[in-house]
Order: sequence, then C-alpha cells, then structure tokens
Amino acid sequence: MAQAADFRHFVRLHEGGLCELELAIEAMGRAVSLEAVERAVRALPGVVFARLNLSSLRLTVRWREQDLSVEAILDALPEIGCSAHPMAGEGPEDEEARQAKWLLACLAVAGFAAMNIMLLSVSVWAGNVTDITPETRDFFHWLSGLIALPAAAYAGQPFFRSAIASLRARSMTMDVPISVGILLALGMSVVETAGHAEHAYFDSAAMLLFFLLCGRYLDLAMRRRTRSVAANLAALRAEVAQRLDEAGEPVAVPVAAIRPGDRVLVKPGERIPVDGIVLSGRSEIDEGLVTGETQRRVVGPGAEVHCGALSHEGALTVRVNAAGEQTLLADIERLLDKATLGRSRYVRLADRAARLYSPVVHVTALATALVWLAAGASLHDALVVAISVLIITCPCALALAVPAVQVVAAGALFRSGVLLNAPDAIERLAEVDTVILDKTGTLTLPAGAVANAGEVEPEMLALAARLASTSHHPLAAAFTGMGPKGELVPGARETTGQGVSAEIDGVPARLGTAEFCSAEVEAAAARRLDPQASLIAFAYGDRRVVFRVRQALREDAPETVARLAEAGLDVRVLSGDLEAPVQQAADALGLARWQASCKPAGKIAEVEALQREGRSVLMVGDGINDAPALAAARASLSPISASAIAQSKADAVFLGDKLAPVAAAVEIARSARHLMMQNLWLAVLYNAIAVPLAVAGLVTPLVAATAMSGSSMLVTLNALRARSAPNKVRA
Amino acid sequence: MNVLVFMVPLALALGLTALLAFLWSLRNGQYEDVEGSAVRILSNEDIDVHGHS
Repeated sequence: MAQAADFRHFVRLHEGGLCELELAIEAMGRAVSLEAVERAVRALPGVVFARLNLSSLRLTVRWREQDLSVEAILDALPEIGCSAHPMAGEGPEDEEARQAKWLLACLAVAGFAAMNIMLLSVSVWAGNVTDITPETRDFFHWLSGLIALPAAAYAGQPFFRSAIASLRARSMTMDVPISVGILLALGMSVVETAGHAEHAYFDSAAMLLFFLLCGRYLDLAMRRRTRSVAANLAALRAEVAQRLDEAGEPVAVPVAAIRPGDRVLVKPGERIPVDGIVLSGRSEIDEGLVTGETQRRVVGPGAEVHCGALSHEGALTVRVNAAGEQTLLADIERLLDKATLGRSRYVRLADRAARLYSPVVHVTALATALVWLAAGASLHDALVVAISVLIITCPCALALAVPAVQVVAAGALFRSGVLLNAPDAIERLAEVDTVILDKTGTLTLPAGAVANAGEVEPEMLALAARLASTSHHPLAAAFTGMGPKGELVPGARETTGQGVSAEIDGVPARLGTAEFCSAEVEAAAARRLDPQASLIAFAYGDRRVVFRVRQALREDAPETVARLAEAGLDVRVLSGDLEAPVQQAADALGLARWQASCKPAGKIAEVEALQREGRSVLMVGDGINDAPALAAARASLSPISASAIAQSKADAVFLGDKLAPVAAAVEIARSARHLMMQNLWLAVLYNAIAVPLAVAGLVTPLVAATAMSGSSMLVTLNALRARSAPNKVRA
Repeated sequence: MNVLVFMVPLALALGLTALLAFLWSLRNGQYEDVEGSAVRILSNEDIDVHGHS
C-alpha cells in the first residue's frame, strides 16, 4: 500500500539539526532482541543515534532530516519481527520521570544519613550504659547533626513543599504532621546537643524521612509503570486519519494533528476518526462505540457523524467540526463538567485519617507539657517530653499504612490486566455496591463474532480464518482464533471496501462482500435469516459460504456477572441500544434489571439517582455516550477498546477480551481496603502503646527508634498480603 | 589525642563518596532502563557506536 503519510506531528527537533522520534515497539511473536532492533535502525542511512529502552519498549531514533524519512524507519522493523508505532512527544510522563529521579536522589541522601547517624547513635546508646565520656558523646551528637541537618534540608523537601501547599489550601494532609515532627525533632536535638544532654533525636528524623521516601518512591514508580504501558498501548492503536489536502489527495496523518475544518476521507471498513459533518458519500455506519446501538444508521451528505463509528459500505468525506458547534459531543462535554464536580468532593482515606490525627496528637503534646509544668518540672524538661510525644507519634506507620497497600494492590491489578488512571481509584472501587454495565463493547466484544460457525464445514471456516488474518477490515477480527495458528497466506491482496483475495493451495479464494465473492444468492438467504447481522462471504473455487457476524457477549461475561453478584453487588445493564438486543443480553446473563435506549443524560440521571439513594455505583462502559456516567459514578472502568473520551474519564482501563478484570478489580480493591483499615488500626494500636510511654517521659531515642521502625515494618509487611489477592480471585 | 576524631569523619567521607557516585549515576540516566542494561552488557556493539551515554 503505497500511500502518502505525514508523521511530522510526531517528529521533534533535536539539537544540531537532527530529527528525533520516539517509537513504541511491539514484538510480533518472539521477544524483542535489543541488538537486532538497534542494528537494523542504525544501518539506515542518516541515522546517528538509536537506542531501545527494553524496560519501557521505546525506541529513540535521531537522524539527519535530508537523508531519511520516517516511513523508512517504520519499514525497517517488520523485517526483524517487530512493529513500530510513533509516539507523541513530551507528555505528563516526562514530568513524572523527573520527579522519580528527584525522589530517588532524596531517598539516597536520606538512606545515607539514616545509616550513618544510626551508627553514631548506637555507639552513644551503648556508651550511655557503659563508660562514654561526655566529650565523645557531644562529638558524636554534633557529627550526627552535621549529617542530619543538610540531609533533611534536601531529602525533606517533598514533604515540606506539599505541607506548605496544603496549608495554603487550608486543608490537612499527612505531610503537615510529618513536617512538624521532623522539624521539631531536629530543632530539639540541636538545642539538646548544645546543652550537652544525654539524648538527641537526629536518628529518628533521618529514619523517618527514609521510610516515608521509600513509600513515596514506590508509589510513583508503580504509577509510572502503568502510565508507560498505557501510552504504548495508545501508540499501538495508532489512530490515523486520511486528511484530504488542497488537491484532494488523501494523506495519512495522526488524529492529533487534525484541525477543525479539515476534510477527512473515511474508507469502507474504517472507523471514523473525527467528529464532523458528512460532505459527500453515502454509507451505513455502526455507532456501537458512540451510542451503544447495534442497528446501523444510513448517513449521507449533511449527516452528523461521530468519532468511533464504523463505516461499512461506502466511502465518506467528512468535514471536521469546529469547537463549540452544536453536536452530541458538546452536550456530553456539558454533562461531563457537572459530573466531574461531584466526584472531586471525595476525601481519601489517608486524608481523613490525617484530619482526625493531627489535632488529637498536637493537643496531647500540649497537654503533656502543661501537666509536666504543673507537676513542677522545668520548662525545658516539659518541652522535651512534649516534643518526644510528637516525635514518637510522627505518623510514620500511619503515612505508610495506605500507600504501601496501594502500591502492592496496584501491582496486583496490573497483573490482572487493570491499569489504574486515578491514584485513589482503589479506595473508591472498594466501596461500590452496585455495578452498571454498558452492553455494546463492554458486555459484548467490539469486533463481533461469527454466529453460524457451527453450521459451516470446518475446512471452509479454517480457510476463511486464514485469509481473514491478512485483512485489516474490522469485521475480519471476528475470525480471530478460528484458523490454524501461524499458517499465513502468501500473496494475499486486499481491495479496500471489497475484500481480500489470494490463492490457497492453488485454488483461488476470496473473502469479503457478497458481490466480491459472487455469492449474492447465499447472502440474500442469510439476510432473511438474520437481518441485523453483518455478512461476510467466502469463495473457495466454486464453493460459497456466507458468514453472519454479530455482536457476541464476551466469552466469560456470564461467569463474571455471577462472580460480581456473588460478591454482593447489584448488577444492572444500562444500554443505548434497542430493547430487543439488550433484553437478549440481560437474559443470557440472568440479569433482571436492565434498561434500553438510554441517552447520555439518561445514563447519568440513573447513576445519580442510585447514588442519591445512598448507593455507590461502579460504571463500566466504553462509548462516548457513557463518558458522563463514567465521570459521575463513584468508580468507573473502561475496556481498552473504548472511545478516548470514555477512557480518559474512567478510573481504570482493563485489557484483553475478557470481562474478568472487572470482577478482579473489585475483589482486589476490597481486599486492599480491608488491609488499609487493618493497617490504620495497627498504627492506632501502636500509638495507644507508645503515647502513654512518651507522656510519662520514658521515651529515649533508643525506644523511639525501635518503636518507629518496628511499627513501619509491621505495616509494610501487612501490606504485602495484598499481593496474594489475585490468587484468591482465580481460585 | 583521640583516634575517633579523624577515623569517624574518614569513614563518613568514604560513605559520602559512595553517595555521590550513586547520585552521579542517577543523573547520568543509568537507572532508566535496567532491563536493557542487563542485555547490553553482553553486546559488543557499543564499542564502535558514538552517542552512547
């Protein structure tokens, strides 16, 4: 297919007049060989730099513009068994990469400080019960301070900055008591050291920083991994539109580069890549991804079409809508604005704990100081005891309690094929008691399946499937997994809008429209049998078969729905499709509550009505029409095949052709929330024991170090139990 | 004179060197592709390739 393509949108200018491009690499079959990929690309003329990142499967190429085109790079890779997909430049990922680097540097500094100060502190503690001289102790304390103060000034920044930000916003996060605790521990230790005291708390401050930074770094690392996989998947989907230039010639450009007013050509069998008005052409379009309807709609000049609709029969020229035009999408945007407001009121578990925690602890510390003063202690002693209360309650365990579980649970979700979008999604997923499933594209597979596979001779089916594997037409995906594996058809030619033809074992074979395969008679019979199905004809020699392709439920939909019901969830279907197909699907799944012909406003109204009743709704949907409901629901999931707008509103995206990740997500989230609560109670229990000791003035730095590290370890080890959740799910 | 006065700072200085080495390697991008590095160490290709950082 020699076709003009325009990849300028992806190419960045590098220093020295070089072009730079980032590509997501997908292995076809075997694992990617780093050497082979880099060698193949470096062998191209003009390439000066090629480096594959094997962790993220991204290839960075730099070349001299005049010597090479992007297509040449893309073409070089299939020869060695992988395909490359251009990626858009600078995203939120780069910012997160910088932040991860910074956190890792902070972690290293805090780790260095904690280890070395602990070395000095242990010597002091051992010396205090034997025969250390006051001079040596002072020397060790000053050295500790010399390490701790600059280390805290550097490594404490992530907490200090966020504490200042949250104070400015007049809210309370865990970072405020953390910062207060660290600063007071350091300040008191300096004063105590200057007064030649026996105890200094430099080690507590450094250790606290180290533990907390560990939690924070792991949290970010998990999020980055998810995001990087998601970005690669987006690049693999490679949304390309055929833009017509001034001369009326189609040029392939990435959808992101399309501007309002552009004219776009949509060939039969392609998804419409933009929202717009049909200028010319006539076609039947399948709007499953837009409205959830499986009935096709006939469109002609002047009709409004939406991104994601599948054009079946004829070619269309579409003019891209300008922003602000009265379209379905504008309505959806308005609904979205309203829906997103509602969710932002959700307060995360850790922040709720912080709101309760800081006043209690700070009042306790103040009361301690007053009681000691009243009992006749000196101001200095009373303050030392009060600050030791603050240090020992410094929410190390409390601050790790939630994020540690979150990291482990996000990993478990990742392995089950669920990529988290929102960091607080786990907590919200755990609270749901009602699940609303969209039908088209969510309960059913977007590609459809061959309905009459059982009635056709197996030999013909296998041959058709082999031929189908060479086609790019969306309907051809219905044959996936039906043919023998790995047997390709050499010399297959695709005629756009018609079908594929090839010779198999010397016999001419054709797969495509009824006219293309001259199977009009068989097609008419099949049409009478099932007026709604899409037909694919197959000709092999003189034999003719017509396959009926229609929406099929995801293979494991019934068991997943049963699993959700077993977990005590109220499962419902809410679809934009007509009554008959929705009822059919609901019956197959054994669901009593379903609603058909829902408009986007209807879906969001239903979700809001349920939530007003006090229910927490999990919305699972893929269509543009689901986006407002996805944003309004307490939690939401989208399949990876969903429309871009639905995916951006969903808390998490699940991969693959199965529905099981939906049940797994709820189960993992629930067990994660259970562990979070357990951890919070462990932290409370720790404080219940430690605080009375501190109030009584019995907490020495040795006690503080043991108690704090002990409780942090306990909470972290408990969090690791979230790993085993997916095994329980599978059993 | 107490031997600790220079032995302890000396030990700290050694530790600090290791910390600085780590920070240098971090800034140098050596933790950006740990899986790739495991493969790359067995490859001879980087000997004649420039732009390798």
